[in-house]
Amino acid sequence: MSHRLASGGRLIDRTAPLSFSFNGKRMSGYKGDTLAASLLACDQILVGRSFKYHRPRGIVASGAEEPNALVGLGSGNRFEPNQRATTTELFEGLRASSQNHWPNLDFDLLAVNNLVPQFLTAGFYYKTFLWPRAFWKHVYEPIIRRSAGLGKAPDAKSRDADRYEQIYAFADVLVIGGGIAGLQAALAAAEAGARVALWEQSAHWGGRAPVDGVEIDGAPAEDWITATVERLESMENVQLRLRCMGAGVHDHGYALGYERVSDHNPGSDAPRHRLWRMRAGQIVTATGAIERPLSFAGNDIPGVMLASAMRDYLIDYAVAPGGDAVIVTNNDDAYRTAIALRRAGLGVVAVVDARAEVTGALPQAARDAGIRIIEGSGIRKIKGSKRVTGVEVCAIDSRGVATTHQLTCDAVGMSGGWSPAVHLWSHCGGKLTWDEAGHFFRPDPDRAPTGADGRQNLRICGAANGTLGAVLAEAHDAGTQAAAATGAKGRATKHASDTSHDEAPLEPVWIMPRQAEYKLRMKMWLDYQNDVKVSDVQLAAREGYQSVEHTKRYTTLGMATDQGKLSNINGLAVLSDALGQPIPATGTTTFRPPYTPISMGAIAGGAVGEVFQPLRRTPMHDWHEANGADWEPVGQWRRPYCYRRDGESRTQAVNRETRNVREAVGLLDASTLGKILVSGPDAPRFMDMLYTNMMSTLKPGKCRYGLMCNENGFLMDDGVVARLDETSFLVHTTSGGADHIHGWMEDWLQCEWWDWKVHTVNLTEQYAQVAVAGPKARQVLERLGGMDLSRDALPFMGWTEGKLGGFDARAFRISFSGELSFEIAVPAAQGRALWDALLQAGESLGVMPYGTEALHILRAEKGFIMIGDETDGTVIPQDLGLNWAISKKKEDFLGKRGMERTAMQDPERWKLVGLETLDGSVLPHGALAVAPGRNANGQAHTEGRVTSTYHSPNLGRGIAMGLVARGPERMGAVLRFAGAQDKIIEARIVDPVLIDKDGERQNV
Amino acid sequence: MSDQIASALPGAESKGFVTVAEAGLCGMITLRGDLARLSFALAPLGLEIPAQRAITQAGERSLAWMSPDELLLMLPYAEAAEMTGKLQEELRGEFATVANVSDARAVFSLKGEGARDALAKLCPVDFAAFEPGEIRRTRAGQVAAAIWVADAQEMRLVCFRSVAQYMFDLLTIASMPGSEPRLCC
Repeated sequence: MSHRLASGGRLIDRTAPLSFSFNGKRMSGYKGDTLAASLLACDQILVGRSFKYHRPRGIVASGAEEPNALVGLGSGNRFEPNQRATTTELFEGLRASSQNHWPNLDFDLLAVNNLVPQFLTAGFYYKTFLWPRAFWKHVYEPIIRRSAGLGKAPDAKSRDADRYEQIYAFADVLVIGGGIAGLQAALAAAEAGARVALWEQSAHWGGRAPVDGVEIDGAPAEDWITATVERLESMENVQLRLRCMGAGVHDHGYALGYERVSDHNPGSDAPRHRLWRMRAGQIVTATGAIERPLSFAGNDIPGVMLASAMRDYLIDYAVAPGGDAVIVTNNDDAYRTAIALRRAGLGVVAVVDARAEVTGALPQAARDAGIRIIEGSGIRKIKGSKRVTGVEVCAIDSRGVATTHQLTCDAVGMSGGWSPAVHLWSHCGGKLTWDEAGHFFRPDPDRAPTGADGRQNLRICGAANGTLGAVLAEAHDAGTQAAAATGAKGRATKHASDTSHDEAPLEPVWIMPRQAEYKLRMKMWLDYQNDVKVSDVQLAAREGYQSVEHTKRYTTLGMATDQGKLSNINGLAVLSDALGQPIPATGTTTFRPPYTPISMGAIAGGAVGEVFQPLRRTPMHDWHEANGADWEPVGQWRRPYCYRRDGESRTQAVNRETRNVREAVGLLDASTLGKILVSGPDAPRFMDMLYTNMMSTLKPGKCRYGLMCNENGFLMDDGVVARLDETSFLVHTTSGGADHIHGWMEDWLQCEWWDWKVHTVNLTEQYAQVAVAGPKARQVLERLGGMDLSRDALPFMGWTEGKLGGFDARAFRISFSGELSFEIAVPAAQGRALWDALLQAGESLGVMPYGTEALHILRAEKGFIMIGDETDGTVIPQDLGLNWAISKKKEDFLGKRGMERTAMQDPERWKLVGLETLDGSVLPHGALAVAPGRNANGQAHTEGRVTSTYHSPNLGRGIAMGLVARGPERMGAVLRFAGAQDKIIEARIVDPVLIDKDGERQNV
Repeated sequence: MSDQIASALPGAESKGFVTVAEAGLCGMITLRGDLARLSFALAPLGLEIPAQRAITQAGERSLAWMSPDELLLMLPYAEAAEMTGKLQEELRGEFATVANVSDARAVFSLKGEGARDALAKLCPVDFAAFEPGEIRRTRAGQVAAAIWVADAQEMRLVCFRSVAQYMFDLLTIASMPGSEPRLCC
């Protein structure tokens, strides 16, 4: 059984015991443990069930490559599925639960899938469930969804309790990976004078050098690591980050770092995760290598783990994987594990080595320690089901029919060699080459990732580069070269020298034994997490899959959350073998960011809650909020839809506000309207191009309504222009269109008419603006006093400025309601005070604020169009009967040519009319008018649609506008509109202007 | 009127590892035109025309480079309206635009050693290489902002008035105690 040793463990603090629970069972570990280490220390060998077959699964690895030990972590608002036990630091009170089992981990009913594995071979979804068609949705899919899958999603009602943030960072040289290679690269770059950032994904510096017994300058690697980290910490040009994984390398030296700030200390003040958005001049990756499993029957049974992981647990955490271990290998490195186990006083039953003759220094050291070596052999099969009880050994070059040795053991360490972690090199275009000696893909130095200038901007060193021996010299070079490439002029001191054992070459073993019979091959796991076996990949090859990318998707090899970190090379070696071609001819699948999954919280960063999106507020926003505003989003603004008084429904509030404008006086916060200053000698000419109508003839002191179209002639924005003086205009745009129109103006000025002397300044927020509308509007303003607003002094469509009740005001005599109306603009800082003053002044006149819905109804009663209601990007002004606003005198304006296209001249175009239901009801918004006959698709023909529809409290019935084929020619005709549930609503075509057609009310 | 004017968030302050405070109303005047011609009008103020991405100062007034044909004159709020008229008069007949934008903005003061660290969470700017005398137009979170170093203890940020609350919330969250990234040396 696995257990904690009485002494040792370089990363744990035995004076700080921690308690935690797994599936509700209380367990204990030490500070410094990973969850995986403490589970093993408590002999929790079984940690989960596999994806398809619900096979028992144990811990295989000790780091980010772990495919099996995924747990649900935390509870309630802090529950998170699929957390790697091997990279989860233990903390007091940690609660973990295993995944994908039913009803419980030890006894899983769905393991029945395992008894009929033939059903679940490669491509089984495609094959088995094609027929009968309807069965997929109603029978197969629900069953598969129940049995497949890993962690469960957090409860829909839970809310993430933690904070996340992002941060922008910059460096000359970013070094990713804090093993000895990364440390050396960072040191060299820093000494050369570059500004350096160094990220390490784990909580410790030095990588696996201390575990592997590396010596530097004749002393244990740990001494050098400590000294080097101290030196780096003392340098002002170096930023060190632990628990920060290089997640992705993107274009132009942009790298993402995933810092797990407080995962090990939940509930602290610190954010949980921080996403680093780093722009680096040069990047050096020193991300190490990942050990490969061996493919033998039963290699997924709990108790079988990577040989390197075994010694990690042993040396870092003083956790023994078992009492008696068998090591199986095709290389010398695994002997380090055998020797370490023996040194710790544990039983090593034998090392099973695929190579015929084993003579290297490490095997010799093992022999000297009395460890038995079985050469030219492999594992035929693992014995045991929920944990290893022994192994059967056979000759490596056999079908595995005959067992040569029966060994009893409770742990198996396997090593199929090492694969460089080339992921980050590949993210941004670095290519790989097959290393014939090492039997792995390594970075191709001639095809490195390049930056904006086409030169290499990422270097790689150490094991990640396929250098499995001494690495410091190479790392030093990578660091100095990267620094030099950023222009650093300093010189790095000479690097230390690290020892490297003389290791004999490995002998590739992709299937163990090499000619294994089918019965064995269908128990050899390639991808543990997705339950893909050697037999699945071979089947895919037989079925004609040749591309590695297709095979991946067909078999799901490497598609799990570990993205094939363990299975990739073994899988494509098996595929290559089945296809009868060398591995480089098969190639590898694409590596994409992130290196391991990162939290959704880190991706969202701080953009949650109140700051999810910017909310724009007018100077009167707080008043609206305090006075019953029902908000409506308008662009990023919130505008009051209506103001509800005690006990009022929205409809009642809207009706009250609408009537009050016609009968007394209302106030509208119009501050959100766009206000753009256009000035310069060429401003009149520019205005004539922007608008369809003539603006250059507008006199200072006057206002004019105008339309803006895009190049295609489609109506884009509308509003009132005030001419300020000979060379300047104030352009009012729609609330949502202000930024777009400002950009549109600048686009034309900067890209097309760059020699025109025109400036634009967006003054939208400089002014608070209040519409004072209704028969008593003038009375209210006169009570403020200071400005002559009489009919003669300020006629309709005029503007003036001066002091109004002490405010620095501009008064525009314009109306969107059809009533006597003024829009008063004051500097935003005076906006709230103006609003308060108007309410006070108008109190005895019945003044009340009105919202956007009343605004809409009032304009619809007058037949005024609204951008976004009557327009949808396909409507030209002529469709809306706005021909009067299209100048015939101007040689050109934006949209003129578009309007002349044949389709725009078509007399059948749908045109604006008023609509009056025969029964007085309100037409549904967007309803279509149905015409006789059906089209080629069997759908009813249509001849019009509703664009605006309201209940008019002033007329006491439904009113609507719509676009109807030849509408204006068909006054009085009755159309049939389709309502819900096939209901037909009849409506008569009428004039859209329903109130005060002659404009008497606004002109008083 | 002066008792009735209000900045976007009067008195708003938050104390994290940076003290964030709304700085009240500040006078701001946008000047567009040929910078050499603008310099002529600005000469009496004793302000030097700033180089690209720079800000110059003379007493209570400062002048910031905004774009190749735009400057921002900052001055006490009470002076802004009159100064706008004066500059318009100076530049009459020129192709130049002068606009008072004081009310369109909100200004925040960030005090404390971590100000750059907090801002680094919001703006894609290398604050370690950000010197006094520079101004940076950038974005903070999802909105436009401009940032400069007021003095050794203080940085200033200007944004549009309508997003003042959003900006204050962003800055408050970015400077929450315990979230110090310890970035700038």
